[in-house]
Amino acid sequence: MADDNAIAPAEAPRAPTAQEDLLNAVLGSIPEGVVTESQIARGTEVEIRVQRAAIHAVLQLLRDEARFAFEQCMDICGVDWPGRPERFDVVYNLLSLAHNHRIRVITTTDAVAAVPTVSDLWPSATWFEREAWDMYGIVFSGQSDLRRILTDYGFEGHPLRKDFPLTGYVEVRYDPERQAVVYEPVKLQQDFRNFDFLSPWEGMTTLPGDEKVHLNRITRE
Amino acid sequence: MSLSTEDTPAAAGKRVVEIDSHTINFGPQHPAAHGVLRLILEMQGEVVERADPHIGLLHRGTEKLIEHKSYIQALPYFDRLDYVAPMAQEHAFALATERLLGIEAPIRAQWIRVLFAEISRVLNHILNITTYALDVGATTPSLWGFEQREALLEFYDATSGSHYHANYFRAGGVAKDLPAGLTDRIAAWAEQFPKFVDDIERLLTGNRIFKQRTVDIGIMTAEEAFAWGFSGPCLRASGCAWDLRRSQPYDVYDQLDFEIPVGSHGDCYERYLVRIAEMRESHKIIKQCLAQMPSGPIKVQDSKIAPPKRAEMKRSMEALIHHFKLYSEGYHVPEGSTYTVVEAPKGEFGVFLVADGTNRPYRCKIRAPGFAHLQAMEKLSKGHMLADAVSIIGSLDIVFGEIDR
Repeated sequence: MADDNAIAPAEAPRAPTAQEDLLNAVLGSIPEGVVTESQIARGTEVEIRVQRAAIHAVLQLLRDEARFAFEQCMDICGVDWPGRPERFDVVYNLLSLAHNHRIRVITTTDAVAAVPTVSDLWPSATWFEREAWDMYGIVFSGQSDLRRILTDYGFEGHPLRKDFPLTGYVEVRYDPERQAVVYEPVKLQQDFRNFDFLSPWEGMTTLPGDEKVHLNRITRE
Repeated sequence: MSLSTEDTPAAAGKRVVEIDSHTINFGPQHPAAHGVLRLILEMQGEVVERADPHIGLLHRGTEKLIEHKSYIQALPYFDRLDYVAPMAQEHAFALATERLLGIEAPIRAQWIRVLFAEISRVLNHILNITTYALDVGATTPSLWGFEQREALLEFYDATSGSHYHANYFRAGGVAKDLPAGLTDRIAAWAEQFPKFVDDIERLLTGNRIFKQRTVDIGIMTAEEAFAWGFSGPCLRASGCAWDLRRSQPYDVYDQLDFEIPVGSHGDCYERYLVRIAEMRESHKIIKQCLAQMPSGPIKVQDSKIAPPKRAEMKRSMEALIHHFKLYSEGYHVPEGSTYTVVEAPKGEFGVFLVADGTNRPYRCKIRAPGFAHLQAMEKLSKGHMLADAVSIIGSLDIVFGEIDR
């Protein structure tokens, strides 16, 4: 054994970490092609990307299989990537108390395609799904209670989408004459200031005035 | 409600009482709602049939605002979530940013953070227990408890300059070192604190009225608590010894000696008992922190992340530039995502942070423990009396700053 180590110390098999064990076990028990991507972020957080159609089956497997035993669905949330073909990520953060491990399952969707609900697996999912619907307009099929949750009664739009302005579209005030709360278009006392603090030496590739030169360079390439 | 006493052939000689179901609107401005909770209760007489919490009345769009701020500017928003124990929330965001940056706070900063995280826990539990007692009819605990809270908030003030909006924990350490003499003041406070807990217990734990209002009300079994996403004292009261400080330790919690109090059948009374026991454990941790805290730096020595000292800025050009760059551009966080959790006083407080390599978070989802707890309101209050719904809300420890975000 000592000789082996002396010859090839770099190739000595490293014992897989608990995260690698979990990821391999998960990948082994899910049929091929369902998981599109997987990684262990910074060596600590297990993350898999799953096709939308299979999300319910995968989460059910993760909950029911004794090796994984993810009893708790701690969080479901959306992330908006407007540039992608399917703009929304739906992120499920699961926790197993029995094995003390976590996993992050991500699937994608757009504003139309529905994601199967998991409120039958974890009743706690209902409010998280309502929130994702409210904030992003992600539709969950099979969810019987897809009302808005955080925004106002009668609110329009989905505020956490990247194309929704920070100030919103309407503002409310109490009108003493009409004796009612009225909604009016937002009027800002000063222009909304969105400072671009990115360093010009790192963030900018073209200096002001050089746009044409830069454009020519790109088209030539 | 309608009473009909006409004799029908089926119930000859008996008095038939028909009770309609009706709906009542509990809140949004109700002292027992602990903030702005609008609870639609469908009642069958005096019994709750359905409870539908309408939340969002305190929604301020924190997550959207954070997407438009640099990491340094985003941190103060966390004080405004669970404003009862502000630093516990900051802890989660500071740890999440540190994880993405790949840095670790210096040892002394970690001890300071644990010290103040536990002070926050005591702050939270005092407020919850005493206002809970107020909900079910006892006035004295809140008078005594707020005196203790004031003493603790003075410590917040001494170290961060503010009673509530501390902005003290930063990615890479804490904002500044503890002022001279503060540890002695905390030690003096810690001397008298156990007596306060004893006094509160003497008022409540054996109190017949308090027990009648809480024992066997709102029972949650361990399996149900898992399914409903419970965490923190509410989960432990159901008999599950789960504490992130022990099972997934962060900062220096792995070096501390403390117990995890556990209940057995998860009713309102046990949630109260767990919180009382946790205050005693927090007191133990605070004493250990005071005894073991080493000296040393309180933030990372990387001037691209931690701002320079004021005195340095007066002399060093480089420090001045660093200061300017940090407070305008901030630091860039490498691409990646993390779900970082802390054991906040109310349960698992998580931050799902997505960074895209710029100086602003791309997405920051805040997972508040109270959000999951309040969702179980219908499950807990079904079949109980209207007055019990008040007990249940109090025992879940609801604060709308974190639920509505």
